[in-house]
Amino acid sequence: MRIKCPLCGERDLREFTYRGAALPRPAPDAPDEAWDAYLHLRDNPAGPTRDLWHHRAGCSAWLVVRRDTATHEIFGVELATRSRAVRA
Amino acid sequence: MRVDGRGLVDRTRPVRFSFDGRFYEGYQGDTLASALLANGVRLFGRSFKYHRPRGVFTAGSEEPNALVTVGRGAEQTPNIRATVQEIFAGLEARSQNRWPSLKYDLLAANDVLSPFLSAGFYYKTFMWPRSFWEKLYEPLIRRAAGLGALSGAPDRGVYDTAWANCDVLVVGAGPAGLSAALTAARSGLDVLLVDENPAPGGRLTGEDELIDGAPATDWVADVAAQLAGLKNVRVMCRTTVTGVFDHGTFSALQRSATHVPDPGDAPLEVFWRIVAKACVLCTGALERPIAFPGNDRPGVMLAGAVRRYLHQYGVAAGTRVAVFTNSDDGRKTADDLRAAGVDVVALVETRAGVKPGPDHPTFVGSTVTATRGRLGLREIRVEGAGGSQWIKADCLAVSGGWNPTLHLASHTGARPVWNAAIASFVPSPGALLGFEVAGAAAGVFSTKGAIKSGRYRAKLILEGLGAKVPRQGSVEADDTPPSAVAFWQVPAKGRAWIDLQNDVTVKDVELAARENYASAEHMKRYTTLGMAPDQGKSSNVLAMAVLAAQTGRSIAQTGTTTFRPPYSPVAIGAMGANGKGRRFAAERLTPSHQAALDRGAPMVEVGLWLRPSYFPRTGETTWRQSCDREVAMVRKAVGVSDVSTLGKIEVHGKNAAQFLDFVYTNKMSSLKVGRARYGLMLREDGFVMDDGTCARIGRDRYVLTTTTAAAGAVMAHLEFVQQVLRPDWDLRLLSATDHWAQLAVTGPAALETVNHLLDQPISREELPFMGHRQAQIGGVDGRIFRISFSGELGFELAVPARFGDSLFRLAVAHAETLGGGAYGMEALNVLRLEKGFLTHAEINGRVTADDLGLGRMLSPDKDFVGKRMATRPGLVAARREQLVGLRPVGAVKALSAGARLFEPGAGICHENMQGAVTSAAFSPTLGHFIGLALLEGGRNRMGETIRVLERLRGLDTLCEVVSPVFFDPDGGRMRG
Repeated sequence: MRIKCPLCGERDLREFTYRGAALPRPAPDAPDEAWDAYLHLRDNPAGPTRDLWHHRAGCSAWLVVRRDTATHEIFGVELATRSRAVRA
Repeated sequence: MRVDGRGLVDRTRPVRFSFDGRFYEGYQGDTLASALLANGVRLFGRSFKYHRPRGVFTAGSEEPNALVTVGRGAEQTPNIRATVQEIFAGLEARSQNRWPSLKYDLLAANDVLSPFLSAGFYYKTFMWPRSFWEKLYEPLIRRAAGLGALSGAPDRGVYDTAWANCDVLVVGAGPAGLSAALTAARSGLDVLLVDENPAPGGRLTGEDELIDGAPATDWVADVAAQLAGLKNVRVMCRTTVTGVFDHGTFSALQRSATHVPDPGDAPLEVFWRIVAKACVLCTGALERPIAFPGNDRPGVMLAGAVRRYLHQYGVAAGTRVAVFTNSDDGRKTADDLRAAGVDVVALVETRAGVKPGPDHPTFVGSTVTATRGRLGLREIRVEGAGGSQWIKADCLAVSGGWNPTLHLASHTGARPVWNAAIASFVPSPGALLGFEVAGAAAGVFSTKGAIKSGRYRAKLILEGLGAKVPRQGSVEADDTPPSAVAFWQVPAKGRAWIDLQNDVTVKDVELAARENYASAEHMKRYTTLGMAPDQGKSSNVLAMAVLAAQTGRSIAQTGTTTFRPPYSPVAIGAMGANGKGRRFAAERLTPSHQAALDRGAPMVEVGLWLRPSYFPRTGETTWRQSCDREVAMVRKAVGVSDVSTLGKIEVHGKNAAQFLDFVYTNKMSSLKVGRARYGLMLREDGFVMDDGTCARIGRDRYVLTTTTAAAGAVMAHLEFVQQVLRPDWDLRLLSATDHWAQLAVTGPAALETVNHLLDQPISREELPFMGHRQAQIGGVDGRIFRISFSGELGFELAVPARFGDSLFRLAVAHAETLGGGAYGMEALNVLRLEKGFLTHAEINGRVTADDLGLGRMLSPDKDFVGKRMATRPGLVAARREQLVGLRPVGAVKALSAGARLFEPGAGICHENMQGAVTSAAFSPTLGHFIGLALLEGGRNRMGETIRVLERLRGLDTLCEVVSPVFFDPDGGRMRG
C-alpha cells in the first residue's frame, strides 16, 4: 500500500502509523453518548472510509486518508490541519 | 541422453556435481534436472503421501516432482526444484522423503494402502480415541508424509533485502516481455525487466522457431543487446516476482548466488520490494497435463518440457519417446524429437478427425489408459477404436493445452475469467489499475501474437503515463492459432494423478464432490489439492475441469481457487534478511555508553536503549552487591547517572502555554520562567498516559521530559493534539531527545560535584527545588535543572550530546573523590521505589490519576485531554485498585513484581484476587524488601495484612499495606 503524503509525496505503508476513524472531538460538555461514540463506536464499513494516519517515519504530519477498505483504492489524502473531517 | 548439435549449454565447460552421493558431469548452463536426465537418471524423489517413485515433470519453476535438498549441514536447503537449480562445480544434491534409499523406500507401503488413504481419510479414520490424535496419529502421519527437512541448525547463509523503483515494470522476458520492455524503453521511461530464468528468452529458448527468418534465439540476443545498451533499462534475471500488492508494490526474489560454487560475502538471495507506476505482466503460460491412470511414473513429462530439454539443454528425455496430446503441440514435439534423431514410438492423438502423421506411428482418437514400470516408465497402453496395445516407451510427453500464468494478475483479488477460445482462464481485463497483461499470459499463444501483444500493451501503458510511443516495424514469426479442444481426463480404471506434489488423484476430487465439498475452495481444502509448495501450478485448471464434470457445472461456473502470494516459495531467511540478531531492532546508545563500558558496566535493554545495569567494583561478585553499594552511595554521598534516554520535547510558540494546559492535567501556564513542574498526561479515554517534568525556559518556550519508554508515543500524541485537535494554535514541537546529554547528579554531596563542573558555582538558594537555569558547563552552553528521581538533593545537567561522554567521565571522577560514583539502572530503580516514584510498571495503561494517588492533579479549571472520560463512573469507583506500598511481615526471600494479592484466608481464585505487585526490590536503606502494588481500595487499607502469592517463583508471604513513600516521606532531603 502507498499513501501520497501531501508534504513528502508517495511513500510506502510502513512509514505510516494508523490511528482510526477521522472524527471531530466532541465539546467538553457534550452528552456522554457523544463521547462514547467518539472513543468507542466504529462503523467498520466494507467500502469508503476516512481515517487518520500519522507519517511517523516521515514528516510527522497527521493525515486524513479517504480510501475504500474493499478495493484499497485511495481517493484522497489531506493534512489533518486542513481537514474538515476532524473539525466540530 | 545428450543429443549432438542441440542445446544452448556450453559443451566446452563440463561441470562435476553429485546427486545422492554419486558424481555426475553436466555442462555450464545445465539445470540439475537437465544434467541428470542427460546422465540417464529418471528417478528424482518419492512422493508426498504414497512415496511413489517420481521423476522430472516440467522444465521450469512450476515443477511438482523433482524436489531435492541442496547442500549439507547448516547450509542445506530442502525442496529445491531440480528444474530451477543451476549446476556448479561441487554442487551436492540429495533426494528427499525416502528411507533407507531412493530405490528402496519402506514407506512405499503407503502406496499399497492407498485405497484407505483417500482424501479426508485422517478426519474419518483417526477420530478414536480422541487423545490419540495429538500423541500418536498426527506425529505418525507427519513422519510418513512430507518433503525435505530443515537442517535444524541456524542458517549461516547471507541474505539481503532491497528496494527498486521504476516507471514500468515488465514481468517475464519471453517474446511478449522483451517486446514490451523494448517498446517502453524507447519512450525514455525508467524500465525494469524481471525474469526468473538465468537469461531472457522465455519460451523461445526452449523451441526451435524462426523470427524474421532467423533462429528465434538470435532475435532474443538482439533485443537483449538493445536493452543492455539503454541507460534507462535494468534487466534482472534469476528473479521471480512473487507477489503483487496494492498501489504498484511488488515483491521479488532474486537468486543472486545460488548458482555459484562459492558466493563469498555475496547474498545467496535478495528479497526485493519493487515500486512501479505501471506494469506489463508477460508471465507466459503453463502447460497442463492430462489425467490418465499411472500418469505419475518417472518418464511421464509435459511435452513442452521434453522440447525444452532438447532445444535448450541438448538432452533427449528418453530413448523411446511416446507423445500423448490433444493438440498440434504434440505433433510438434514428435517432429522435433525425430529431427534430432530420437526414436518416437507413438503419437497418441485424442482427436479423431486429424490425419495420421506420415513420420510417426500415430494413433488417432486414442488415449493412454495405463502405464507400467516400477522405478520409471517402461511401457504404455494405448487404447482406441481399433483396440488396445502395450507399447514400450521410457518417456511419455503429455500435452493437454496451455493455461495462462495469471497468478500475479489475481493477487490483489481480481478473479480470472473463463475463455472458451483457449479453454482456459485468463486474467480479467482491466481489473488492475496501471496493469496490462500481454502474450501467453493473456491467452495469446503464438510467437508473432506474443510480440505484437507485448508491443501493444506497452503502448497502452505509455499512453496512460503520457509518454511518447515509439514506432516499430513489422515482425514475421510463427502465428499458429491455439487449439480450442480441451481434453482433461481419460475415462479408464486406475489412479490418475492431478496434483503430483500432494498426491491428489481424480478419485479424491470425485470423493470430495460426492461428499459435497463441491465448491472449488472446499474441494481444495478437503483434498489438499494445490496446497503443496508448487501451489498446483500444473494441476489447478485440470482439477477444476474434473470437479466441474463431477458436479454437473461448467468450468466457468466452478471458477478457480484464490491466488495468493508468493507465486513460488520464498525462504524466510530472505524475507527476514537484515532482521536477525542485533539487527532485529534498532539499538540506541547513550552518550556515556563507552564510558560505562570502560567501567565494566553490563548493559540492559530499556526499550531500544542500552543502559548500564550497574557499575561493578573490585570484590563485588553479584549485581546486588553493586546495586546496594550504589544506592548507599547516593543516599550518603553523590551518584551520577546518564538519564539522556528520557524523552525531551521542546514546545515553542505563542500558544505553547495554552497547549500544555490542554495536554497536561495540571496547569503549566501558571509556571514561572525558570521553574519546572511535575506533570501528568492522560489519554482521551481518561487513563494515565505518561508523566514527566515540564520546565518553562522562556515566555513562550517550554521543555518537557517524558519517560524513556513513552518518548515516541508522547511525541506522536502531542503532534496529534496540535495538528488534529488544535490546528489553529501557534506553536512548534521539537523532539530533542537525541540532541541533549543529560546527567543526574544526586545525593547529599551533589552540589559539590555540580559546582566542580559549572563555570559559575551556584547555591541551593539560587537554584531552589524544581528550578532551572542556563549554565556554562566547562565552557559549553548547557542547562541545569534541580529535579530528583532519587529523593536526594538532585540536579540534572544538560549539554549538547557530543559533550556527554566527557561530562560523564568528569562528573563520575569527581563524585568518586567524595565517596560516590556512577550508578546504574538497578540502583536507580531501588532509589525511586524507596520514594514511591512511578514508572510504566505502575502507569500500565489501566490506571487513573486517582489510582496513583494523583487525583488532585486533575485541574477543575480547564479542559484537557482525557478530562471528560476520567469522570466516568467506572473510573472513579471506590473499589478500584489503588497504589500502595508493601512491607513484608517477617522474613521473606524476595518480593517480586507480578505477584497477586489476596486477603489472608481467602480462597486462591480469580474472584478473590485484589491486585498485584507492580515493582519490588530490596531496599538497602531500610534493610528489607519493599514493593509497590495496586490494591483494591488500597488507600483506605493502610496497616492491613495482605497475602502476596507468586507461584512461578514460589513466593507466598504476608505483607503489611503501607504508604507508597517508604523513605523521607516529607521530601525534606530533596527540597532542602
